[in-house]
Amino acid sequence: MSTIASLHIGELAYISEESLNEIPLKLLEMGCLPGAEVELIQLAPLNDPLYICVNGSHLAIRKETASKIQIIKAQ
Amino acid sequence: MSYKKTINVALIGNPNTGKTSLFNELTGLNQKVGNYPGVTVDKKEGQVKLQGNLKAIITDLPGTYSINPTSLDETIVLKTLLNSKTEKTPDVIVVVADVENLKRNLLLFSQVKDLEIPTVLAINMADQMKRKGITIDLKLLQKELSNEVVLLSVRKEPELGVEEVKKAILKTYNSAKAFPLCNVNNRIDPAYFDRLKEINPKYSIYELWLMITQNSFPDKISEDEKKALITFKNDSKNLKKYQHKETIYRYQKINEILKKTYLADRSKASDLRAKLDNVFTHKIFGYILFFTLLLLIFQSIFDWASLPMDFIDTLFAKLSSYVNKTMSPGVLNNLISEGIIPGVGGIIIFIPQIAILFLFVSLLEETGYMSRVVFLMDKIMRRFGMSGKSVIPLISGTACAIPAVMATRNISGWKERLITILVTPFTTCSARLPVYAIIIALIIPEKKIFGILNLQGLTLLSLYILGFATAIIAAVILHKTLKIKNTSFFVVEMPDYKLPSLKNVFFDVIEKTKAFVFGAGKIILSISIVLWFLASNGPQAFTEVEKNIKEKTISQEISEVKLNQMIASAKLENSYIGIMGKSIEPLIKPLGYDWKIGIALISSFAAREVFVGTLATIYSVESDDDDITTIKQRMNSEINLETNSKRFNFPVGMSLLVFYAFAMQCMATLAIVKRETKSWKWPLIQFVGMGVLAYICSFIVFQTLS
Repeated sequence: MSTIASLHIGELAYISEESLNEIPLKLLEMGCLPGAEVELIQLAPLNDPLYICVNGSHLAIRKETASKIQIIKAQ
Repeated sequence: MSYKKTINVALIGNPNTGKTSLFNELTGLNQKVGNYPGVTVDKKEGQVKLQGNLKAIITDLPGTYSINPTSLDETIVLKTLLNSKTEKTPDVIVVVADVENLKRNLLLFSQVKDLEIPTVLAINMADQMKRKGITIDLKLLQKELSNEVVLLSVRKEPELGVEEVKKAILKTYNSAKAFPLCNVNNRIDPAYFDRLKEINPKYSIYELWLMITQNSFPDKISEDEKKALITFKNDSKNLKKYQHKETIYRYQKINEILKKTYLADRSKASDLRAKLDNVFTHKIFGYILFFTLLLLIFQSIFDWASLPMDFIDTLFAKLSSYVNKTMSPGVLNNLISEGIIPGVGGIIIFIPQIAILFLFVSLLEETGYMSRVVFLMDKIMRRFGMSGKSVIPLISGTACAIPAVMATRNISGWKERLITILVTPFTTCSARLPVYAIIIALIIPEKKIFGILNLQGLTLLSLYILGFATAIIAAVILHKTLKIKNTSFFVVEMPDYKLPSLKNVFFDVIEKTKAFVFGAGKIILSISIVLWFLASNGPQAFTEVEKNIKEKTISQEISEVKLNQMIASAKLENSYIGIMGKSIEPLIKPLGYDWKIGIALISSFAAREVFVGTLATIYSVESDDDDITTIKQRMNSEINLETNSKRFNFPVGMSLLVFYAFAMQCMATLAIVKRETKSWKWPLIQFVGMGVLAYICSFIVFQTLS
């Protein structure tokens, strides 16, 4: 199963419904909801943290968190 | 409804929405910073006239994405809102939102709304709507939210909507209507929430829900009710599940409303941001840019601050001697001219560097660039047990550790925050500079190597690097040894780039500088007075100094100035502080110091730069002439009687430089660390740890060099 951490720069995906319980409340509150569109904008060196745009919010999250959130890649 | 002449209004909103701009626009210079009872977070308050003689006291609450707090700042928002229905709580809350991120901003709005407090929604940056392809059906939105909604552009000149916000506050206050937006309970588990509501029907369900999820209870709640609530709280499995459900439901509701009222044409989304991000967050250019910027900042701090600092120095020296000469002699004269005036001067002298540094930090934060630095530095800092957010305190530490320690508050992980607090005092603060300057001038020859590099400047640079490097090494050691679980989790919003608002920057610099002057100032001043007392009083021998010297020198031809200097010097030697200096002499002798340097070391607890002034007094340099060359000459000619060579030779100088680089000599910083960590344990560890390190390193340096 792919996660946000496996995205390439510029790639689009949707957050999977199954990861609801894996998403920290704070991220959920910032718009990182199941079904929301997520795009990877930039990676810091060593691919951590990740700069993403989710549901219109531009956020930086650590790889550790990103690898817990499952996605369905856009076709 | 009761008639009140002033009402309480609180501003709440996500970070980067222009909430503070609105606050500054509403209150202007009519603002002050206070403290929230019991906590250390600054409370910004200001007044504004609403209509006739009705005034509003506006409170600017810390920026937050949700009522559920994850950092110290955000806890304040919850506490303010939960203690509702008491005297001090807001009559009206203004939720400030940013038009581009309206969906996310409405989450916070929906939470506030469910607390059933009268609310105004102010949608800011409305002037950007056309450019970003956004249209809002304002009337329908008001109806759907059953709330006053105002479109606002605070940054535009002239600003739009500020008067409308005032009118909306008034209207909302007069109608005093407050309905919940999302009846969360009905959507999740009605039976569970009915049982919760039974505990105390006076509170709204959402208030009771917040009490159990956030483990935060209003002062007025009874012990029995608290017990019943805690039983709910302990059912943590349901709690977490329901919190997730609650958030999802809120977004569903918001999406429903926005579908009808809000339209965004995404093809017009900002590509300037993407272009700038390509450079600023680039894996190579991003770092080059950041370090160039840092160098520029340090360079300008030194260039710009030296002139006002010299001016302040001279001014206070003159003021001190003026008071000394004009007031009738006595204890009061001495207290003012030798205790209080130099003490106050010792605080004021740091203002230029601190203000300039905060000017830059504030500019970088206002433009949105600081978030990019946090992004770039997070992984690197994490290796050292810190967070990307630790970069700002470490940079601020080069001006003064006190505001730097206070700047750690937005680091949400306790371990990362604690490590940042503990290592920040290693960075070279401006109080160390006068000490470094005089010792370097004494022991390092003024010559150039390779034709361009100034050897003295190079030594100073090495001391800066030594400070940073030690901070990093100390952080790694603490990271490995501290057994604290890091429960934090890291998320940083990357706001859109924008031109800084000079008004915001101005107020920010004023506020932070004031916080330093009044926070640290009190401590520095009181220690200065204690040290003055110790230096100007002493046992039996002290009182006879003047008589003895006059008797001894009666046959010699000595000018009055010279005589007074000799008396001052001998008095200091026999004062309490002189005795302290002598009693620690055996301890500091292995480092190459005598009791005179010992006195200067003790005096440095007020602020490190006092070292120079104290030595000036001991070596009886004219006290109203703090000219560095005189002190330098006098120190240079000081002889170590045991070896019959210069006291301030190369080994002693190096040992002192190392000692001042490592030792925790600043009482004000220790007090702030105590306040921020809420225990004496950490400042004590800091004091002993840094002290031992300083002692060992100075010992090794002195013994190997001599």
